[in-house]
Amino acid sequence: MNMPPRKLLQIEKLVLHFKTSHGVVQAVDSVNFELDTNRAVVILGESGCGKSSLAKAMLRLLPRNVDKYGGSVYLNGEDVMMYDEDEFRRNVRWVGMSLVPQAAMNSLNPVIRVGDQVAEPAMVHLGIRKTEAMTLVRRMFQHVGVPEDFISRYPFELSGGMRQRVALAMALVTSPSLILLDEPTSALDLLTQANIMNVLKRIKHELGTSFILITHDIATSSELADEVAVMYAGQIVEVGHAKDFFPAPLHPYAQMLMASVPRLRSESDPMFITGQPPSLIDLPEGCRFAARCPFRFEKCNEEPPMLGKNGRKVKCWLYE
Amino acid sequence: MITETREAFMDQVKVNEPEALLTIQGLHVWYELRRFGFGHAGYVKAVDGVSFELAEGETVAVVGESGCGKSSLMKTILGLNIPTSGDVLFDGDSLSGLKGDGLRNYRFKIGYVQQDPYGALPPFMTVQKILEEPLIISGVKDKEQRMARIHKVMGEVKMHPAEDFLPKFPHMLSGGQQQRVVIARAMLREPKLIVADEPVSMLDASVRVEILKLMRALQEAHGLSVIYITHDLSTVKYFSRRIFVMYAGTLIEKAETRRVLENPLHPYTTALLAATSDPDARNADTFKEVPPGEPPSLVNPPKGCRFHPRCAKAIAGLCDEKEPVEFEPESDHFVACWLYRS
Ligand SMILES: Nc1ncnc2c1ncn2[C@@H]1O[C@H](COP(=O)(O)OP(=O)(O)O)[C@@H](O)[C@H]1O
Ligand SMILES: Nc1ncnc2c1ncn2[C@@H]1O[C@H](COP(=O)(O)OP(=O)(O)O)[C@@H](O)[C@H]1O
Ligand code: SF4
Ligand code: SF4
Ligand SMILES: [Mg+2]
Ligand SMILES: [Mg+2]
Repeated sequence: MNMPPRKLLQIEKLVLHFKTSHGVVQAVDSVNFELDTNRAVVILGESGCGKSSLAKAMLRLLPRNVDKYGGSVYLNGEDVMMYDEDEFRRNVRWVGMSLVPQAAMNSLNPVIRVGDQVAEPAMVHLGIRKTEAMTLVRRMFQHVGVPEDFISRYPFELSGGMRQRVALAMALVTSPSLILLDEPTSALDLLTQANIMNVLKRIKHELGTSFILITHDIATSSELADEVAVMYAGQIVEVGHAKDFFPAPLHPYAQMLMASVPRLRSESDPMFITGQPPSLIDLPEGCRFAARCPFRFEKCNEEPPMLGKNGRKVKCWLYE
Repeated sequence: MITETREAFMDQVKVNEPEALLTIQGLHVWYELRRFGFGHAGYVKAVDGVSFELAEGETVAVVGESGCGKSSLMKTILGLNIPTSGDVLFDGDSLSGLKGDGLRNYRFKIGYVQQDPYGALPPFMTVQKILEEPLIISGVKDKEQRMARIHKVMGEVKMHPAEDFLPKFPHMLSGGQQQRVVIARAMLREPKLIVADEPVSMLDASVRVEILKLMRALQEAHGLSVIYITHDLSTVKYFSRRIFVMYAGTLIEKAETRRVLENPLHPYTTALLAATSDPDARNADTFKEVPPGEPPSLVNPPKGCRFHPRCAKAIAGLCDEKEPVEFEPESDHFVACWLYRS
């Protein structure tokens, strides 16, 4: 009997809500998506839609004010949400998947040499000695394009682009099958950005790593994406292959977001989306995009389900 | 600069370019580096020999990566930095000759739109106070007159009804609304020139275009001159007639926007264009050509062409020796690169 190939990652009904004095922030609200080995999915969305919270939920890096946290995260077929903290630390964080957090290049420890910083997760999580770890560090520096003699430098002696590469080497050193990148290029200059995207592509080819790339930058996201998941107000509203998505997004929000991108190589007149996303504390009933949607109709007062459409998925009543 | 030569210089400018609103002549802005608070340790040559002219009603984009000196150039034009040498001539004034009231009046004639709208707005002032203060400072004593002006600019930046926004504090506004307030403030004194320093780089994609279109509409309605600073080449053609490309303190290419986008001449400009992505799934299948290395130190820039250590086309013995002069291989398309020596 042919078993369907097991997915590297399957996320089901993932929820992360925060308690605040103003009410409950529904930052991640029943998110589903999946990812195969050696593929890259881009989570695309504007600031505040819950992208970083989604990364934190996947890696169980939770603040104190969690109101609700649940759902399933299957890594190689195992629901790691069932693990206790000890199992999670031993089998998931760093070794199964690692995170390059937002602004990682600015959160390196200023008083520790970058080589030692990259070696640490290898020593802690792989249980290897310093000398072995340093060999790994040198190999990782090669993959990400950091000159070997930078090993003994301090973060302040490196440019932003180099520090971002060091952060990437740190996420890679434990050989996880999946790396989450939270806005890895947003603070970098154009040529440095292009360089980092080249590095990510090269790692994907050479090491077979899978990526979840979180970004608000549509143009840059297309440099790595095999799949795209569009996030709006705490939910995924469209999922599909990059080759289908970029030429013709389906969800009205995704269409308008795509139309808002100024292009170098076309004469299109960029449009903008009026209004603002709803507050995640006070969400409307029905479709969360309805207040800004030019196609809204009666049905939109009810929450649309994720609907299938030629192998694509879109959370919008227009595709019923 | 002593008065005599300045006047001679002004005369010359008047003869050559009668309609230039802004003339930048051989401008250098160097910051002194001091070690431990004493002892001279060199200069950061943030602007190192920049010249250009801007006509009344003209829009130009200054494009370059961070640290290349864009903000230093703009702050000098705004009268906030003192030129180390060279001069800025604006609307009949020479910046180097101004102080006190003269300098203040000069600053009033230029509107400034900053990169970070939240940082640009005092957090404990209401929008009304933020807009009223500059008018009080520039001597509008009559409250009614001030409020009339405030309502006018709020309408121009499409924040109506103004009453809904005037009592609010900056943190109560979205990023796009904050930037509108910054633009409204820049428009208050009916400036002839607006300097917009990366005005949309902190905003979300869906809002960026809205702000750029708003600035464009204001520019057209008032015949404003605008200097638009950006690192994003894809936005330039919607906004500016000309592009100046800046690298390590100098302008390396100057031409009409379309020419630069379609026929870039300088190897650095070519690299910037190649690195700019449009959303396209095919991007994932190819690697990008990126020049090696990083922009040089502005304290000790490389000898010869500042781009030569990264340039695949560098001519040995020339590019690493002599700083390129400006060539004009096609009319009104200027490039500082030895490839175009005739
Ligand atoms: N620890 C927290 N407590 C309360 N609210 C939070 C917390 N972390 C994030 N949020 C809120 O959750 C929402 C989503 O934030 P985030 O996941 O950072 O979005 P993004 O990364 O897409 O910009 C925002 O409204 C943010 O203010
Ligand atoms: N007040 C200052 N004192 C010393 N150095 C400065 C000062 N302002 C800017 N610089 C330096 O001058 C160079 C150009 O900076 P800036 O004009 O801000 O560039 P850009 O706006 O293109 O990023 C940078 O190396 C920066 O660190
Ligand atoms: S469900 Fe309705 S309101 Fe929501 S995106 Fe689709 S058409 Fe627009
Ligand atoms: S002058 Fe020489 S080094 Fe500089 S950009 Fe031109 S070819 Fe390259
Ligand atoms: Mg985030
Ligand atoms: Mg700047």
